[in-house]
Amino acid sequence: MTLVLEQVLNGLQLGVMLFLLAAGLTLVFGVMGVINLAHGSLYMVGAYAAAIVAAKTGSAVLSVLAGLGAAAVIGMIVELGVLRRLYARDHLDQVLATFALILIFNETTTLLFGRKPLFVSVPKMLEGSVELMPGFTYPIYRLAVIGVGLLVAVGLYVLINRTRIGMLVRAGATHRQMVRALGVDIRMIFTLVFGLGALLAGLAGLMAGPILSVQVGMGEQILILTFVVVVIGGIGSVRGALLGALIVGLVDTLLRAFLPGLLRQVMQGPDADALAAGVSSMGVYLLMALVLLVRPRGLFPAHA
Amino acid sequence: MTDAVSLPAPAMRKGAAVGWLAVAVLLAVFPTIADALGQPALVPLVGRILIYGMAAATLNLVLGYGGLVSFGHAAYFGLGGYVAGVMALSARNGDLAFGLFPGTDQLLVALAVAAVMGAVLAAVIGSLSLRTSGVQFIMITLAFAQMVYFLFLSLKAYGGDDGLPMRRRLGIGALDMRDDRVLYFVALTGAVIVFLVIWRITVSRFGRVLSGLRQNEARMQAIGIAPRRYRLVAFILAGAGASMAGVLMANQLRFVSPDMLHWTKSGELMIMVILGGVGTLAGPFLGAAALVGLETVLGAFTERWQLLLGPILLAVVLYTHGGIAGLVTKLVKGRAP
Repeated sequence: MTLVLEQVLNGLQLGVMLFLLAAGLTLVFGVMGVINLAHGSLYMVGAYAAAIVAAKTGSAVLSVLAGLGAAAVIGMIVELGVLRRLYARDHLDQVLATFALILIFNETTTLLFGRKPLFVSVPKMLEGSVELMPGFTYPIYRLAVIGVGLLVAVGLYVLINRTRIGMLVRAGATHRQMVRALGVDIRMIFTLVFGLGALLAGLAGLMAGPILSVQVGMGEQILILTFVVVVIGGIGSVRGALLGALIVGLVDTLLRAFLPGLLRQVMQGPDADALAAGVSSMGVYLLMALVLLVRPRGLFPAHA
Repeated sequence: MTDAVSLPAPAMRKGAAVGWLAVAVLLAVFPTIADALGQPALVPLVGRILIYGMAAATLNLVLGYGGLVSFGHAAYFGLGGYVAGVMALSARNGDLAFGLFPGTDQLLVALAVAAVMGAVLAAVIGSLSLRTSGVQFIMITLAFAQMVYFLFLSLKAYGGDDGLPMRRRLGIGALDMRDDRVLYFVALTGAVIVFLVIWRITVSRFGRVLSGLRQNEARMQAIGIAPRRYRLVAFILAGAGASMAGVLMANQLRFVSPDMLHWTKSGELMIMVILGGVGTLAGPFLGAAALVGLETVLGAFTERWQLLLGPILLAVVLYTHGGIAGLVTKLVKGRAP
């Protein structure tokens, strides 16, 4: 029972990380209509900036600020320099230009920091575990990640649905020309939305540091999973991103944790392990196929 | 109704036909030239370019002519590679390849099997992916290809992470496949066949419909054409073709690994199509030559050659239209009075 609970929490933790990435990706697509493969690179930038500042200064606060700041600033530079030219282009150009950005980001990072993964320790105040139930302890850090992710979800909801800037963002997505005609600097809004998406990616990256290894290529690994989230949730929808992320996080984690055990009851040990490894790594993609069969536009299609 | 898109039988313009024939002859005598120049190492290099060109050309069918941005083409390419590797392994061990059919040491058999398997995989992925369009289509094809990647990564019997070396190349009759020249001519034959088949497709009624769907789906539907069916057929043809190219690649390298299925390989195939020129016959081959050439030349200077590839690609996407093929056309037309 505690094992199941632990894996559910692990799944939630993966889910909120995916949400932070998917929210940015889906916002950028929903508002600007651009597909950004380099979103994973911003996640990597956040992770590296936080890891390096943490190693240099030992301060958790500074490292968080560095991770967020680096991702947001580099994100906005990328928007101003490259992405802005792609809004009017077709998706193929967007895919290729942002693929080129991935190459540039990855190779530059390798050049600067080498291929060796960086090790990041958990901040002092979040060290250790807490006893959630008698006989069941869980790392505080992972709980904090889940908490931050859910807080961001609430914050995003308020920002988009309850504030003036959120209103402009929503209007910019559906009635771009009208917003511009009313005297709003839509380009500024685009840059800000992109910066926000980058900030969230950076947040996911810096939180991933102590859990996963910080290395080149970490962004693409999670990016493809983020795509699955966005497709399941419905592209352009933040609500869909949250739900999709939690579903994908839970399904992926639970399959990996329990499928080998289940299969071992009906087949030989090594065969069961091999099959389980294959099926559990394909699980979320099969889930995506299933969702597509039933609802081709995802669970919560935006502008339906 | 459907006659609206039928056209008179196609004929290549005379100038173009002569040009292509000259290129083919040049490629046919290339090994001799390379030997004369004392550069025999160029022969397998150009062979590799031709094979990549075939794979990119099949991608171009869906991407360039069909306007479908498939970001998972490495799935079929890699699948073909594994068909070659696994069938050779099974022929040696005397067991069933993929637990389904006996192995072989014959290249043509492997090609046929790869075509069927590539087509089946493309039919499955295509029929699901084509329910969507635009950005979702890009993400879904990428995700399904990643799924195939993970599948082969987990198949420990076929090497898993480490890949699967082939002890001997698959052969054709009595041909000596250890000879680089023989391999080269196999690749060249394949490339010529792919080139001709794709040319024939693009000038056929089917090809016109495919292009029409890219340009204006609503109008094509209005004249009674069901978009999904045409796109799916193009997708399946491209999958089968890429899978066959994968067989040739694995056979030339005598090695296949999950790298061949990796999403960056899909990206590379896409780059070849774009560098060369989207929706042109020669583009994918020119693009393959450009990318493999860049890799060879820049890679000789620095291991970090992709750092240079990034900006080059960015410049091509942002500032050029039509890639190398477009440039060539512009130059040729510019010279004409």
